Amino acid sequence: MGYEALIDRLLKGDTRAAARLITIVENDIVAAEEIINLIYKHTGKAYILGITGAPGSGKSTLISTLTNIFVEEGMKIGIICVDPTSPLTGGAILGDRIRMKKHFNTNNVFIRSMANRGQLGGLARATEDIIKILDVYGCDIVIIETVGVGQSEVDIFRSAQSVLVLLVPGMGDDIQAIKAGIMEITDIFIVNKMDLSGADRKVSEIMQMLELSMNFKYDYQNTNQKSANIPKWIPKIVKLNSKTGENFENLLEIINEHKAFLKETGVIENYHLNRIRNETLQILKHKLTKKVEGLIHSNTQIDEYIRLVMDKSMDPYSMANLIIQLLGIE
Amino acid sequence: MSENRKIKVLVCKPGLDGHDRGAKVIARALRDAGMEVIYTGIHQTPDDVVNTIIQEDPDAVMLSILSGAHNALCPMIMEKLKDNGIDDVLVAVGGIIPDEDKPILEKHGLMGFQGPGTELKEIVEFVKTNLKR
Repeated sequence: MGYEALIDRLLKGDTRAAARLITIVENDIVAAEEIINLIYKHTGKAYILGITGAPGSGKSTLISTLTNIFVEEGMKIGIICVDPTSPLTGGAILGDRIRMKKHFNTNNVFIRSMANRGQLGGLARATEDIIKILDVYGCDIVIIETVGVGQSEVDIFRSAQSVLVLLVPGMGDDIQAIKAGIMEITDIFIVNKMDLSGADRKVSEIMQMLELSMNFKYDYQNTNQKSANIPKWIPKIVKLNSKTGENFENLLEIINEHKAFLKETGVIENYHLNRIRNETLQILKHKLTKKVEGLIHSNTQIDEYIRLVMDKSMDPYSMANLIIQLLGIE
Repeated sequence: MSENRKIKVLVCKPGLDGHDRGAKVIARALRDAGMEVIYTGIHQTPDDVVNTIIQEDPDAVMLSILSGAHNALCPMIMEKLKDNGIDDVLVAVGGIIPDEDKPILEKHGLMGFQGPGTELKEIVEFVKTNLKR
């Protein structure tokens, strides 16, 4: 099937073409490959903002208020909202649009809801591809809302240039809960619902945590001496109220500061390298898994190995090594 | 498209009525049938509905109207869909739809008309069998 016509329309900023391409990419990985191949050279213009936090912390409301400000500045905004798929039925309720009602009729805002379809990590498989489509569609900023996360759903930092984590006062010891995962990938901590009591305490709790930990985002694969040379961003904290818009000017200032930091220090290059490396890894995993699955169900040689393992004359690890030889990738 | 494609459904309440329990029950039933259901909440204008359909590209749209404004709202939505060249989406309306209004709505391309007491599995079956793509 040819996707050139749709892609031509996408390049001209056609909304329906963007929506249809997203549907295709979400459902058909073979088609996704073809589409990304055709549009990849046009990507790279959008700034990617990741928003994450516990369920109910106010991610959608924050995005709505933030989008308001960006749109007033004349920007075109793409929003991807990821919600969880039921592990039991495969169905999903996607309800993030409810909080973004006022943008339904703004030409410069494109909102797309998607289910994570069982993928762990807070995003869906197709999220990376959809970011690219919205980038080519002409969005200045693409905002990604992850599923409501717990402790270790950190995939967002591999996709987003700035990661914003929302916390709310009165959620007990959630700093303890997140310190091992999300704490390490956050660029900007947001204490939402600042009108509730305990907001200042939450801010100081985060501060104390920051003094003890470090941000691994920019060198997560190189924890050797090389990383000592990479400038470190010290995560910022801002308290605000997403409903009233109070203190949003501080948030915008910090986002811009972070953007400038990435550019001036050259850390952005590191981000791009890591992003491509990780994306390729994901694609390879997917392709190799498919290949191995195909092999393991159809290869008679493997059937013999399995019988050997059953007789205890071979162990599963040795069998795996033999199968890798069959694949011819070692 | 691949055969394991998920059915994506938009459930929404156009107009001014604020009773969305029925819409939520239907959203949940469709979810439990393995579909991906977008729920947009109450008080949607026809433009809201159409813009959401454009951006989300669902296979089916389930409008829930209890206020009696279906004869005004539904044709407006269908008209705007046509203006945008969208003809491959199943659009159904349910809630309180009197029998004498059904032919009028049918003429505009609407289907469904499920009212109170409809079995949930009937609605799931309806969506599955009437998809246009």
